[in-house]
Amino acid sequence: MASYLELDGISKKYGDKAILRKLNAAFDEGDLVAIVGPSGVGKTTLLRIIDRLEEPDSGEVSFRGEPYSRLSAKAVQKRIGMVFQNPVVFNASVFNNVAYSLRFRGVASEELKNRVLSILRLLKLDSLSERSALTLSGGEAQRVSLARAMVYSPELLLLDEPTANLDPHNVSIIEDALMECNRENRTTTIIVTHNIFQAKRIAKKVAFLLDGELIEYSAVEEFFSSPKDPRTASFIKGDMIY
Amino acid sequence: MGGFEFLIDGFLKALQLISSGDPLIATITLLSLRVSVTATLLGAIFGIPTGFLIARKDFIGKSMITTVVNTAMGLPPVVVGLVIYLMLSSFGPLGFLKLLYTPEAMIIAQTVLTFPIACGITISVVMSLNPKLKETLVSLGAPGIWEALILLNESRLGLITAIITAFGGAISEVGAIMMVGGNLGGFTQALTTSIMLYTNMGDFDTAIALGIILLMIAFGVNLFLTLLQSRSKIKRTV
Repeated sequence: MASYLELDGISKKYGDKAILRKLNAAFDEGDLVAIVGPSGVGKTTLLRIIDRLEEPDSGEVSFRGEPYSRLSAKAVQKRIGMVFQNPVVFNASVFNNVAYSLRFRGVASEELKNRVLSILRLLKLDSLSERSALTLSGGEAQRVSLARAMVYSPELLLLDEPTANLDPHNVSIIEDALMECNRENRTTTIIVTHNIFQAKRIAKKVAFLLDGELIEYSAVEEFFSSPKDPRTASFIKGDMIY
Repeated sequence: MGGFEFLIDGFLKALQLISSGDPLIATITLLSLRVSVTATLLGAIFGIPTGFLIARKDFIGKSMITTVVNTAMGLPPVVVGLVIYLMLSSFGPLGFLKLLYTPEAMIIAQTVLTFPIACGITISVVMSLNPKLKETLVSLGAPGIWEALILLNESRLGLITAIITAFGGAISEVGAIMMVGGNLGGFTQALTTSIMLYTNMGDFDTAIALGIILLMIAFGVNLFLTLLQSRSKIKRTV
C-alpha cells in the first residue's frame, strides 16, 4: 500500500550547491514527524518542495497515492497547510486573518465563524480576535499563522521552525495545539526544528537530515535511545559542530 | 495703487465674488471638478489594475514597459493635448465622434495624463510589497482573485497616494484641456484655463478668485485623501 506522503529520489540544487540528494522517505497518515538537523542541510527546501512552493530538479513526491506531476500546484496547496518561520500577517483583524483561509474555500458564514472562533480558542487568541494583526507580538503573530493553516483542517500540516526565537509561553501554546490537532483529528504533521528537545517533546517519529540526505528516520524513542548512525548520535549528544 | 495694495484689493474682491456665489465662477468650478474627478477615476480604474498586473506578472519586456509607464508619468500636457487634438479634429481618425471642444475631450486628455500616474505608482507600490505576502497567500491556497484583492488591500496607502497624485496632476493641468477644450465660455472653461484667460484680459479679481478656488479644491481633496491614508495607517499601528 502506498504511503500517505512519499518522497522518491528528490534532488535539488541552488547553483552548484546540492541541497537535497536523491532523498527518499515515506510518511504515514496521522504521523507527527520532526525533521531535525543542522542549519543549511535542506530541511526548509524539503518542506517547500512538499508544499510545491518549489519544484525538485529530479524525483517525485506522491501525496495519498497521487504523484505531484499529475496534480496542479494550486490543488496541492489547497490541501496542505504551511507555517513559515517568520510569520506574515495581513492588514486585517486577527479574526479576518484566520477567516481568509475559509473564505478562499467558500465556507459559509455561520460555519466559518464557528470554525474560526474554535481555532482561536485552541491557540488562546480569542481575546485578540478583533485586534489588528499588525499590532501583535511575534509569538501572537505566529499563533495567528498557525491558526490560519489549521482552520481549514489540512490533510497535511507543514511547519518550518515555527517556534524559533519564541518565548516558552508561546512555544507551549503552539506545541499543545499541534499535539491536540494530531491526536484529535489525526492531522499528519511534519515540523522542521533545530531543537531536539522539541522533537522529543512532541514528535512520534524523528528524521535526521544532513547535507541533503536522510541519515536516520525512526520512532522518537528509538531515535534518541539507540540511534543507528554515528552521525545521529553525535548530533543528539551535541558533539556536532554546525 | 501700490503693487501690494493692488494684490490685497484683488484678493478681497475675489472673496466677494466667491461669497456672492457668482454663477460664472460656479459653472467654471463645477466643470473643472467634473473633468478632473472623472479623469482621475478613469485613470485609477484602468491604471491601478494595469499597474498591478505589470507588477505581479513576469514577462518578456516587463522592464521596458515599466520604463515607458514611468516616462509617461511626466508626459508634457501640451503634447498630450496636441495628439488628442489631432485624433479628434475633423481630419483625424476619431473626428467622426465630434468630441473636439467638448468636456468629454478634456476628460480624454486628462485621462491620458492620469493613467500613467496611477499605473506607475501602483507598479512601484506593489513591487515593494513583502514577497512573503504572496508566498503566504499561495501556500494558503488563495484563488487568484482573492490574492489580488488582499495584495491591493495591503498596498492601499500607496494606492491612495497614486490617486492624490493623479488628481493633483489633473486639476492643475492647463495645456491639454486648453488645446482640446478650447476654453469656450460657459462650456469648456476650466479653472486653470480661465485663470489664464482672465489674467490676459486684465480681470485680476476673477483670476484671483478662480486661483483661490483652485487651491481650495486641491487642498480639500488632498486633505480628504490624506485623512483616509492616516486612518489606514492608524489601523496598522494601533
